[in-house]
Amino acid sequence: MTSTATQTSTPPQQRRANRSQLVRDYGIIISIGVLVVLLSVSTDTFLTAGNLRNLVDQMAVVGILACGATLCIISGIFDLSMSAVLAVSAVVGVFATQSLGVGVGFAVAIAVGAALGALNGVVVTGIGVHSFIATLASGIVFRGIAVLLTGGAIVYPLAHQLVDFRILDYPVQPIGLTLASWLFLAVVAVTWLLLSRTTFGRGLYAVGGNAEAARLSGINVNRVRILAMTISGVCAALAGLVLASRGGSAQASLGTGLELTAIAATVVGGTSIMGGEGAIWRAGAGVLILQLFGNGFNLLGWDTTYQQVLTGSLILIAVSVDQVLRRKRR
Amino acid sequence: MTPGSSRPRADADPERPAPGNDDVGASGVALENIFKSYGGIQVLHGVTVQFHPGTVHGLIGENGAGKSTLMKILSGVERPNAGRILIDGQPVSIKSPADALQHQLSIISQELATVPARTVLENVFLGAWAQRAGFVRRAEDRRRFAELCERVGFTLDPEREVGTLTIAEQQQVEILRAVSRGSKVLIMDEPTAVLTDSETKALLDLVRRLAVSGVIVILVSHFLKEILAVSDTITVLRDGHHILTEPASDHTPETLVQAMVGRKVDTLFPPLPEVPPDAPIVFEARGLSRGTHVRGVDMTIRAGEIVGLAGLVGSGRSEFARLIFGADRPDAGEIWLDGKPLKPRSPAVAMRSGVAMVPESRKDQGLHLNQSIRDNITLANLDRSSTYGIRRPRAEKRLAAEATSRLDVRGANAAGQVWTLSGGNQQKVMFAKWLARRPRLLIIDEPTRGVDVGAKVEIHRLISELASSGIAVLLISSEIEEVLGLSHRVTVLRQGHVSATFNAAEANPEKVLAAAFADRKDLR
Repeated sequence: MTSTATQTSTPPQQRRANRSQLVRDYGIIISIGVLVVLLSVSTDTFLTAGNLRNLVDQMAVVGILACGATLCIISGIFDLSMSAVLAVSAVVGVFATQSLGVGVGFAVAIAVGAALGALNGVVVTGIGVHSFIATLASGIVFRGIAVLLTGGAIVYPLAHQLVDFRILDYPVQPIGLTLASWLFLAVVAVTWLLLSRTTFGRGLYAVGGNAEAARLSGINVNRVRILAMTISGVCAALAGLVLASRGGSAQASLGTGLELTAIAATVVGGTSIMGGEGAIWRAGAGVLILQLFGNGFNLLGWDTTYQQVLTGSLILIAVSVDQVLRRKRR
Repeated sequence: MTPGSSRPRADADPERPAPGNDDVGASGVALENIFKSYGGIQVLHGVTVQFHPGTVHGLIGENGAGKSTLMKILSGVERPNAGRILIDGQPVSIKSPADALQHQLSIISQELATVPARTVLENVFLGAWAQRAGFVRRAEDRRRFAELCERVGFTLDPEREVGTLTIAEQQQVEILRAVSRGSKVLIMDEPTAVLTDSETKALLDLVRRLAVSGVIVILVSHFLKEILAVSDTITVLRDGHHILTEPASDHTPETLVQAMVGRKVDTLFPPLPEVPPDAPIVFEARGLSRGTHVRGVDMTIRAGEIVGLAGLVGSGRSEFARLIFGADRPDAGEIWLDGKPLKPRSPAVAMRSGVAMVPESRKDQGLHLNQSIRDNITLANLDRSSTYGIRRPRAEKRLAAEATSRLDVRGANAAGQVWTLSGGNQQKVMFAKWLARRPRLLIIDEPTRGVDVGAKVEIHRLISELASSGIAVLLISSEIEEVLGLSHRVTVLRQGHVSATFNAAEANPEKVLAAAFADRKDLR
């Protein structure tokens, strides 16, 4: 009928959208490349197998947390209780190890993380408290519980369990990465698959992008968010196990403040804090950039105070880029 | 000519039928040749109106006639694409609400702009507190407040928290604020819609008193009798065009309805399929209610039948649809689908039973604008494109391709983001998303809002085809022509009640509009 006047071929808006997406993707990859080249040229220690293995091992804890944080942020919620969940799980894990052995102890730690995460999810979705405040508060509660459980002391597994308990800190062949590093890579793989290959992943993007539209499309918004926070809790527990295993002990102050580093890494990688957009590889890239900074300052023997300034600026830049890209879409 | 002799009049008589002449040297406020479009849709086509000091000026029109847009332009919320605003004959530039305030233009909109947690006093003088060297002078404020109340005739406790006041009292706070700033123009958008009878009477008395003191009061309302009772002059808009500005005394509710409906150059509607009298009843609502929005609505829709739901914005149309789709829960009433009771606890439940809804707002409810066409379509069809929660990309592709081919979404590939599409194509994506479910009952809320004419015709044809294929359709639209041209039967809602039901053959815009416009007694 009167339909000839409408447009054909790729509209210019679409091309512009693709271009700004490219800026965001390549920006991160180019920064990583530049950092790697700079460090390789300016130090002779950076490109050694030992340093690289070390680099991955150091990424493990924040990396695992960042994977959990990414799922939450994509679905439009924040989990600020991650490091507290980490501490409680690790402490309970040590206690369980003392009475039931290392294997069961680790399993209990993961279960505790899942339970606390689910609890967060129920509070946020059921009562409708903003996730930022709800998890800030629950984090303080959890941290307090960790203090109560330990009486403020450092807790250790039994002496004969120590060798087994520290298993995550041991390098394994073929390439000599620690088990913690492998655990990190496994978490990346699993969360990546969850996000990109499952209907749950579709739900995360849909809920974070537009919760009302998602609900009207038949998505159970609350269930998606509770599940995201549960997974976030599991990630926190795994990170706690890495830290406890590495140190051979656990304490109430374990990992304090790490959730903010994890969120920072997520944002630096280009996952939007507004929700609905992001990817697991971005979490990995963000953690890598932050870790390269740390590694570089360390190898070059620079004052680490500047590292803070640089890291902070980087977060600001990442968020600004996100904001500018969003504004273009209006 | 001059209405009621007791009413004060401006020297210039606003009875001349065709504004657009350039007599803007007079005192007062004038809008001259205002054009406005949103995303390619023209909503105001060169509107010229003159408002005279000391008069109450009623502004009426159907949904989407452009009243609110015009008032937003006058109050600085929106900016016109072309045209001038003149105050006392001088062109002024109003770029923001702050500019409007500077020119002593105040608006009291339906959503009240008070700070609920602060006192009446603070709200009235919000941002304009009496101060000396940065310190607030409360005693001075209190004195001014008492003076103000006396002038306007309100009795409000200055120390009460605004959040604890009734709606009518909160409105008084806003009126006091406007008066305290010496507003020369006071725009009131549907001020009486939320008031009781006695409150309404008090407000209308005040409106008259304000006019006597020289203020221009512009009153936007759906209550024709009220408008007629209180206004000196009435302006009617239709489809963004100025229709008339005439003395209220020349009009009756009937002549106003006539002017609002007018004779329109019609888009041609496709022929509707016959509904056999023995076609099975697909959908039935019995006494469906929720709060004050939906009150005891009964409805049946047969297979292949399109039932149009008309009514003003806020009459409960969309709220009714949301109850059927499980987006909200009813307080009372039953829903039957294919002869079985349906209790939709959530949209997911309604969807499984064969209900689909194309919602009112693409941006807020219908689509994920930052996601691809394919992702948007499959989101409502995850059950059919996945196994045990694992996505099947090939099934997703096939499903999206099938859905879009039927609708001819032009100018985009399935992987392109939806926000880059035109309004018409976005609307088609929304239809594709829901038709892919092959629903038994399809609810369509505002099918052609913000859509160009070509796409509109296509969507109309599509709706007719859907009915031919045996789907029961509930069509909600603010465009009376659309409802009449595309429905077998039309149900009109007013204040949550069914106020009339017509067969399409015997209905006309006048009848529908008369049934849609409110009557005071509905509020009880």
